Amino acid sequence: MAVISRGFFGRRREENPDLPPGQYLTEDFPVLSAGPTPVVDTADWGFTIETESGLVTTWTWEQLKALPIEDIHTDIHCVTRWSKFGTSWRGVSLDTLFKDIDTTNEYVMAHSYGGYTTNMPLADLLGGKAWIAFEFDGKDLEPEHGGPARLLIPHLYFWKSAKWIRGLRMHSRDDPGFWEQNGYHIYGDPWLEQRYW
Amino acid sequence: MSGVWKVGVVTETHTETASARSILITIPDWPGNIAGQHVDVRLTAPDGYTAVRSYSLASAGSAPQVQLAVDKLPDGEVSPYLVDELRAGDELELRGPLGGWFVWRPTDTAPVQLIGGGSGIVPLMAMIRSHQDSGSTVPFRLLYSVRTPEDVFFVDELRALGASPTIDITFVYTRQAPVDWPVLPGRVNRDAMEASTFAASDAPSVFVCGPTGFVETVADILVELGHNPNTVKTERFGGK
Amino acid sequence: MSTHVDGNALAGPLSEMFSVDVTCAKGTCAGCGDTSVLAEARVFVDPMGFVVRCSHCEDVLMTVIAEPDHAMVELSGLSRLILTR
Repeated sequence: MAVISRGFFGRRREENPDLPPGQYLTEDFPVLSAGPTPVVDTADWGFTIETESGLVTTWTWEQLKALPIEDIHTDIHCVTRWSKFGTSWRGVSLDTLFKDIDTTNEYVMAHSYGGYTTNMPLADLLGGKAWIAFEFDGKDLEPEHGGPARLLIPHLYFWKSAKWIRGLRMHSRDDPGFWEQNGYHIYGDPWLEQRYW
Repeated sequence: MSGVWKVGVVTETHTETASARSILITIPDWPGNIAGQHVDVRLTAPDGYTAVRSYSLASAGSAPQVQLAVDKLPDGEVSPYLVDELRAGDELELRGPLGGWFVWRPTDTAPVQLIGGGSGIVPLMAMIRSHQDSGSTVPFRLLYSVRTPEDVFFVDELRALGASPTIDITFVYTRQAPVDWPVLPGRVNRDAMEASTFAASDAPSVFVCGPTGFVETVADILVELGHNPNTVKTERFGGK
Repeated sequence: MSTHVDGNALAGPLSEMFSVDVTCAKGTCAGCGDTSVLAEARVFVDPMGFVVRCSHCEDVLMTVIAEPDHAMVELSGLSRLILTR
């Protein structure tokens, strides 16, 4: 039975019926770090999609920026219970990137500069649900928040929105990425509160 | 058992600097601690929300009273509560004592070089007090790096110790030094360390504690100065 | 700058799982073979868990998650844990 700490309320947080279960609303944008922040120059940056045939499609920074760019306005939900309403991003839809990709595999492993990985079904990247985002709140995405570019999949817990995204590899099975190997849920739907296995 | 949460009662608080406070806590079932160990502090809000942080103990020994010294982080969640809100009579949940690596025991025989940055002085203070209380005659030196003279923790105690033969204390001021200070303000560098710390040939046990950036800079200089990395122990508090 | 601490920070969370102080144990990195005291490992304190990296090669040695409803230590990056008595 924990002792209640007189006068302690923690960071400003509110419950809100529009939030997924177990979440609090925050004004901050907490920085999560599982490792050192990679430093990636856009001159060296590349994004790849690799299919089961071994075919690798690559975009340079300029090539990515030349694709149709969308404004995204969305809520985000972190498994550590923080949610932010109405975050603003700019990025390229995964639908655009997958347009000419030929694959029958149904799962994807996202790889980041620095080695981070996370997995998701391909279906969760398509249909207007996911982007490669490079702007947040009207400014270039900062390295501590995943810049130059991160994956953005707001309908899943935010650990799936891999920072410092480098590429996607098609998998035939839903193989677990870094946090998924550490007991976090393989899918991660905040509305079903899928935090752990 | 170290893993169990114990409930202590705050008996006294004392302002150390503009942003830091030391806190005395009585814990009835405290097993005692070695100098250098830390505790985890757990705060619980009325709705059950919890936050846990680690803090080094400034005290050592078997008395059921321990001392923490906490620096308030600008965007912290726990430190502002401990520095601004917590008061005598409040209960505080602690887990510990924790950590057997970054410790000094009175039975240790090597000369001791302590190097602290900012709030990194806290576990080093426990070592200094343990040294004093035990009557150990092992030579002790402290290099304490702070931004300004107003940022020194335990200033009265260190001033008094400065006059004692049992320990040599050197302050390094990185932003603003006292009037008539012979050295311009600046970060700890090789010259400062060569001038006041034990040489590698003295075979000291070295303890370095403070922000991560400070600890890594100092550890690199120690290696440059020829210290065997096996004789250098570090405790990083995070941050620059 | 992504800051880190060191293995000393694991003493509390690991005390729930181990009856000895694992921070004083030496661990062998499964990646590069380096054997060092866990207290000196590079620890990234992510709210999702502690990520413990080899101070020589940066590979992940272990991950420690100690939440009220999820406690787990993932050890695949450590090929050996050596306790000295």
